Amino acid sequence: MSNSTYLCLRAVFLVCFIHLLIQGLSADANVVQSPRNRLEPNLTGLPIVTFEWHHVQTPYLVIIWIFVAALAKLSVIELNHHVTSVIPESGMLIIVGFILGGMVWGADKAQTFKLLPTTFFFYLLPQIILDASYFMPNKLFFSNLGAILIYAIFGTCWNAATVGLSLWGCYEAGAMGNLDIGLLQFLLFGSLISAVDPVAVIAVFEEVHVNEVLFILVFGESLLNDGVTVVLYNVFDAFVALGGPRIDATEIFKGIFSFVVVAFGGSFLGVVFAILLSLLTRCTKHIQIIEAGFVFVMGYLAYLTAEMLSLSAILSITFCGVCCQKYVNSNMDEKSVTTVRHAMKVLANGSETMIFLFLGITAIDTEIWVWNTGFILLTLLFMFIYRIIGVFLFTWMLNKFRLVPIEVIDQVVMSYGGLRGAVAYGLAAMLDKEKIPEKNLMISTTLIVVYFTVIIQGITMKPLVQWLKVKRAAHSDLKLVEKVNNRAFDHILAAVEDICGRIGDNWWTRGWNRFEEKYICRILMKPKVRKNKDYLFNIFHKLNLEDAMNYVSEGERQGSLAFIRSDEAANIDFKKQYDSEFADVMPDIMGDMSNYEFGIENVSITSIVKDTIPSISRDIHGQDRKNAVDDINAHHLLQQHLYRSRKHHRHKYSRSHFGINQSEYEVQEIFQRTMRSRLESFKSAKMGVNPAKKITKHHKKDLTHQMSNGHPEGKDHLYGDEAGIENPAFMPDMESPTHSPPWLMETEMDMAVAPSQRAQRRLPWTPNRMRRLAPMRISTCSTDSFLMADVSLTLEEHEEQPQGDNEEM
Amino acid sequence: MGSFQSLPDNHQYRTLSQNTGFSLEQIGILHNRFKQLSQNEETLRRDDFKTIQDLESNPIRSQIIEAFFDKRNFQKDDVGSAQEIDFEEFLTVMSYFRAPTHHITEEQREEMRRAKLRFLFNMHDTDNDGTITLEEYRHVVEELLSRSGALGMETAKGIADAAMLEVASISVGPMAPDEFFEGITFEQFLKILKGVEIETTMHIRFLNMDTTVLCK
Repeated sequence: MSNSTYLCLRAVFLVCFIHLLIQGLSADANVVQSPRNRLEPNLTGLPIVTFEWHHVQTPYLVIIWIFVAALAKLSVIELNHHVTSVIPESGMLIIVGFILGGMVWGADKAQTFKLLPTTFFFYLLPQIILDASYFMPNKLFFSNLGAILIYAIFGTCWNAATVGLSLWGCYEAGAMGNLDIGLLQFLLFGSLISAVDPVAVIAVFEEVHVNEVLFILVFGESLLNDGVTVVLYNVFDAFVALGGPRIDATEIFKGIFSFVVVAFGGSFLGVVFAILLSLLTRCTKHIQIIEAGFVFVMGYLAYLTAEMLSLSAILSITFCGVCCQKYVNSNMDEKSVTTVRHAMKVLANGSETMIFLFLGITAIDTEIWVWNTGFILLTLLFMFIYRIIGVFLFTWMLNKFRLVPIEVIDQVVMSYGGLRGAVAYGLAAMLDKEKIPEKNLMISTTLIVVYFTVIIQGITMKPLVQWLKVKRAAHSDLKLVEKVNNRAFDHILAAVEDICGRIGDNWWTRGWNRFEEKYICRILMKPKVRKNKDYLFNIFHKLNLEDAMNYVSEGERQGSLAFIRSDEAANIDFKKQYDSEFADVMPDIMGDMSNYEFGIENVSITSIVKDTIPSISRDIHGQDRKNAVDDINAHHLLQQHLYRSRKHHRHKYSRSHFGINQSEYEVQEIFQRTMRSRLESFKSAKMGVNPAKKITKHHKKDLTHQMSNGHPEGKDHLYGDEAGIENPAFMPDMESPTHSPPWLMETEMDMAVAPSQRAQRRLPWTPNRMRRLAPMRISTCSTDSFLMADVSLTLEEHEEQPQGDNEEM
Repeated sequence: MGSFQSLPDNHQYRTLSQNTGFSLEQIGILHNRFKQLSQNEETLRRDDFKTIQDLESNPIRSQIIEAFFDKRNFQKDDVGSAQEIDFEEFLTVMSYFRAPTHHITEEQREEMRRAKLRFLFNMHDTDNDGTITLEEYRHVVEELLSRSGALGMETAKGIADAAMLEVASISVGPMAPDEFFEGITFEQFLKILKGVEIETTMHIRFLNMDTTVLCK
């Protein structure tokens, strides 16, 4: 779809724009300079073209690296399908990073590029976390929040303490030789290595598709443990700076207190920003084009503000994303939602690629590598063992309270899924060499841990999951039946809870939902969208769209696009507009009309032009983008009224028409005008009733009949004949010269009166299935109706007569 | 009043516990609640359910209450609708909402799943003809959506129809144009909800502690 391509393009530009900010990447970039880049200083005369490498150096290098990263990803994905099925993408990217790093090393004999902590934390990490939280399955997340918090808080503390202490014990026992390192340094190291990394977890688990509870547990833990990690890291960092003797009970108490402040402060800040963002999107009705940007800007602001206040930035942006998603998505225009979705994915994917690539590149550096077999191997061992022990320990405690216990297999996967990643590396790289003499050892150990977990555990994760027969995620998106059932389910559970008289989980959930609906939605959501926020309705709407798309593609396949060309108002819903009785009749008039030449002449071209102009000029003011479309629109309007050829130019224009219905007035205009003209022509020729009408009507009645009593009647010609005439989903075909679908049209036109049974039977079956859906699904095609009452009145007036005539025949 | 009023671990309680799988404490609590609802009568009537305040805002209240009086749910191979239910029947219906225990074999799990789904199915299939017809389904969906104000009957109908068609396309596959989908049979119902882990979702937590005082 051209639309999505456009969005993608836009998103790519966005990513470029943001990455232009990345300066850290190329901080050392000055080293790369070839001699020819230097300008001659003694230049005489006006140079016509100069080579200004220095001028563009930084952004240029950044963008080149982004390009290289993208190419790397492309090659990883595209060229080696059989390899990527074994090695996860993240691991592959690290390996590619090794190769690239080797190339750079070969050229420069020094490490020129590496991942700097600032770059990572300020430019690469936020979008990944934002993406993760913005698309977080909220219900799942919050219903498992307790377990997640236990793992995130206690699990991480447990890991940090045990790994640090055990390493210290081994060091004291002499397993690592002579190192300049103390207990506090070990604990600091333990705290930075203990956190499960969200980036790595997403990257690996995304490909494995474990069941959703398991996923949310690992993933939620990795997101939320950041608060703990940051606090532990800061506290121990401060302790190391203070030095052992000066730490007393007060300091330790302050450390614990700072945990509460950092974690809850960060989350609270995120919620505040989420509220701000939701409020903002409430009032972007007239500048829809930038509302998508707000999501990113506010998300990033939440992150930076938290960082500024030394609160947990990851928690802040996580809660911002989690809390705002519902309101923002419903407040924004559907297009903006798509834009956000795509842009977010592009950004997150891009950064993820960069992170893993640079994790690989960073390794190729002789300076950081300090090898201490004991330290490194013991770290790996302890990290692995204590993770397993921690998970089983805490799960055992949790299972005492959980209604549905976490199974042993899931626990194994959880402990195995404790992947460490770039966050650990970033924290290690931020250590102060002055205070921690063994910084390089810590960095190299961290890198090895990261490589081990991401590559080795990443590779073995899939086979492990298969081998253990872990419950997989069953299917990606829910079917409508299931949604309906789930809804009924919630109510049933709540009701039974009421009946047996206990205040339970469902009671709280329901209480919250009610409160949210009553107060929060009122504040944060546009009043208009509040109405159709029902998720059942959403999925229903989606299905409708899908149907419509199928219908169109079916039409395209059949070779005629005439109906697209003319159904500007494709979602007018007649059945709803007029009462059902009238809707029954509606097709008849359409059927009749299809066989007449329409009084297009009645509409003067000048009036069309005049009418269209205002909408164009209004749009110029503000949205350039729409202009082109509107031009086409006007053009199309003219064409529709001037030419009658159905064979030409439809393909080209149909594409753009999809997105046109932006201006309600315009559509209304067009609709009314065509309607009027048709009615005029109809009036003039209404005596010439054709037999097709009868069939149509009969058919329609049967259809409704059948729907209501649920039993087939008049089976024989229900769907058999007249393929298409009856499709009320496209009743808006009112708009179009004929009301039958395009593939029928030619036939009908040729026959001029009514298609014979035989002819109709020859018609393609394929659309039938859709048509079965159609009558049922139409009723809510459009909630916003742009039909004017007077039009319907006029219609009704004219309707009576032909009806009568028909009966007499 | 009844025979259950004495000590919680008397004989009847034990039998009930065996039949329904509730613990004695839970039965005791539920019995208290039962008496509270029935105003110390032996049996519960529909009106008693209607007095529960929290239930009032439930859109599918009537279906749920009906389910309690539906003889199919009493596991006695009986059909039809009861006028009043005694404690045992009350407990039997409640037992559909028990969570699976920790150690459970695959077969038991499957059985539990079937039972729970059967309960849901019965709730939809009001006329007990073995199929959920479009009419019946529509009715449920309408009730479901009736509270949300914004979505009218038309939408509810549309959604029900669409869902029904979805079922048709899933369970029957592409149909010939002259075929008609009668309704959802239980087998199809099982098939549709294959993805939903009903055995782990359809349950409420029955406390061992009495909270009846808290609820009106």
